[in-house]
Amino acid sequence: MSKLKVAVYWAAGCGGCDVGLLDVNEALLEVLKDIDIVFWPVAMDVKYKDLESLPNLDVAIVNGSIRNEENEHIVKLLRSKARTLVAFGSCACEGGTQGLANLGSKQDMLKTVYEETPTTGNPQAVKPSRVFKAPEGELYLPDILELNKPIESVAKVDYYVSGCPPPVKLILRLFQILTAGNAQGPKFYIGSDKSVCDECRRERVSKTVQSMNRLYRRALDPEKCFLEQGLLCMGPATRGGCGAKCVEANVPCGGCGGRLNVSDQGARMIGALGSILTTDEPISIGALEALKDPVGALYKYCFSSSLIGRGVRVGGGGR
Amino acid sequence: MEEAGGKTMVIVEGRLTIDPVTRLEGHGKIDIFMDERGGVKNAYLQVPELRGFERFCVGRLIEDLPRITSNICGVCSPAHHLASVKAVDSLLGLEPTPTAAKLREMMHNGYMIADHILNFYFLSGPDFLVGVGEKPAERNILGVLKKYGEGVGRKVIEHRAYGQRIVEIVGGKAVHPVTGVPGGLSKPISEKERKEIEKMARSCVEFAEFTLQLYDEEVLKNADHRGLLVDEDFALTSYDAGLVDREGHVNLYDGDIKITAPDGSTYAKIRPEEYFDHVAEEIMEWTYVKFPYLRRVGWRGLTEAPENGVFRVGPLARLNVAKGMATSKAQREYERMVETFKRKPINNIFAYHWARLIELLYASERVLELSLDEEITDENVRNIPQESTLKEGFGVVEAARGLLLHWYKPTEDARVEAANFIPPTTCNNPAINISIRKAAGKILRGGAVDEASLNRIEVVMRAYDPCMACASHILGGGKVEVNLYSADGRLRRSVSI
Repeated sequence: MSKLKVAVYWAAGCGGCDVGLLDVNEALLEVLKDIDIVFWPVAMDVKYKDLESLPNLDVAIVNGSIRNEENEHIVKLLRSKARTLVAFGSCACEGGTQGLANLGSKQDMLKTVYEETPTTGNPQAVKPSRVFKAPEGELYLPDILELNKPIESVAKVDYYVSGCPPPVKLILRLFQILTAGNAQGPKFYIGSDKSVCDECRRERVSKTVQSMNRLYRRALDPEKCFLEQGLLCMGPATRGGCGAKCVEANVPCGGCGGRLNVSDQGARMIGALGSILTTDEPISIGALEALKDPVGALYKYCFSSSLIGRGVRVGGGGR
Repeated sequence: MEEAGGKTMVIVEGRLTIDPVTRLEGHGKIDIFMDERGGVKNAYLQVPELRGFERFCVGRLIEDLPRITSNICGVCSPAHHLASVKAVDSLLGLEPTPTAAKLREMMHNGYMIADHILNFYFLSGPDFLVGVGEKPAERNILGVLKKYGEGVGRKVIEHRAYGQRIVEIVGGKAVHPVTGVPGGLSKPISEKERKEIEKMARSCVEFAEFTLQLYDEEVLKNADHRGLLVDEDFALTSYDAGLVDREGHVNLYDGDIKITAPDGSTYAKIRPEEYFDHVAEEIMEWTYVKFPYLRRVGWRGLTEAPENGVFRVGPLARLNVAKGMATSKAQREYERMVETFKRKPINNIFAYHWARLIELLYASERVLELSLDEEITDENVRNIPQESTLKEGFGVVEAARGLLLHWYKPTEDARVEAANFIPPTTCNNPAINISIRKAAGKILRGGAVDEASLNRIEVVMRAYDPCMACASHILGGGKVEVNLYSADGRLRRSVSI
């Protein structure tokens, strides 16, 4: 069998997914026996021009979200060439933490970053612009889009591997599936079909709680379910496959594994909270301190792909 | 001009575009403008990316910040996680317990081991180990393995993995660690884990020494490479900034910020809370990245110090501002480096690599020291805050690439009202741009251009280790596109070489 031709591209992201790929360590040498990486700008000296002239690809693995024109252009180009497109990591699958920027407008974002931070005295309100006339010639920058978007909003995705970054175990499974050439159904998720709670070893006793409290002033019990401790843990609403790693490290699940069999991860969590928050008295707002920032708490990695996030989207395109 | 990388062609009155700059975290593009005699008129490094963390951190709960801001960079995620949790501590008026402080420092040095290995063997090193003018297909980690054998290759992978494993044990995850919580850490380490860390650290010390020997043979004993270290076109006069401990030694996790002038004198020694009194940022329309400078010296565009407030951060800057290293083996290497250059500050950009390897040795020795500390497995790893008035929080650490600052202003209900981040690659942005201009002028003299000469320009940038997402030149074979523009700006010819 000839080797699979694979392109790896990071759109708007942090690079953690690329380090995640590297963290398979020696196994990477094995993986490279079955695949040829033909485009990986972060790792190889190959330019965009080369990508345009490349013949078809077997697989394109994309991490990061769509934040500017360049991301959108390259992802569409990859889709047009690749037989299989993989959304790799929370940003690609769900928009990632930078999706929280969709709470405000692009103009708000530029104003805060370039005018309002304490180190930028900028009375003329200078901002980066698409075209700049330097004395020697024009310089171009890709425009920032109005909203941050997951990959599926600009291109059809075949496989989803969520996680921030995806755990090594799931990365190896992805390569196994890709090299075996198994055709899967649409929207195939590489991860568990059950929630993080299913992999959590903590003790659950009462399955009820009276209040949700702020983590910064609470001691963390290493044995007991975080929700029962009154701390917000996204476990019930989050796809497993990570081995409940964060919970093992004694911090609540943040939700990076993404939604599980529902269209809205935060809404599912609200449902879960509804079933465990039980008191005889009506619950006061004060008892829900941990939900003072509901979007940050419930949609940390997925606001761009949430129902409410989509509600405010303009021109996002088909999902 | 060598032809190893492809055809050589002569460019007059045109523009060279390198897009994207490869092996750079985030996206980058270089435009070089040539005059009618084939000289370099000007060069620009553009960064076309902005995600806007300063904006969307507003409104978040303060305890969520260490996990959210870790996403600024997945290569230096432990540095962001720790700078953030330190800022939250400072906002709450809280100190971590002694063991928590030591464990955080251990996690941080583990990250430094992994990241410095990544830079030397996968990213910038192949230019020296394989050859700067070699074919792109060879100029990468596979080329390194081919030259030095699989034994060395496995050692490289193994020790980078040790660094990652140390972060994972203490931080819960190797990329985007999670255990940093206000007042300390969410969990202690066990005796079994301590032993594992001790064993890995011992091995890392040996591996760092091996790497320094390799550097000796391939760079210091190689006339071409050694020549680069004393070439004035690859030097840059700037201020330097870095963290130092009470004795004035390099400390990567904590300390005072020391800033030195180009003549080596102390310009300022400040606490993180005083950072904004000294550092301001300029904005240019042609890139999304800002240009930090020393406020009191002022900003005079892309020119060198001392008239301009341009300052550098990172391994070389850290060694320049410090009196030396706090561990014995690293100190000996530091002394050897200063003796070789016979000056301080050392301002040649290629000395960054040497400084980085000295730090690799230091970080390994420091993890070993901490693993032998009798408090390290203590279970008291967190102070819980009492009711207190919240104030602005500053958190500073040394990321692998240099000084990193997080600043948060809280609301009354402990959410974020405003945030500011000054990462190291931003601090180095003015210096990188100046270095690229100077180097392009020398490398492209007469307008002769080939793939290798353009790689030499990227090599200049790689010395600063601009925050790169990934690791390896896994495969090569790349091309460079050269666009020729006529004087009216129309594209005349596009050639791949």
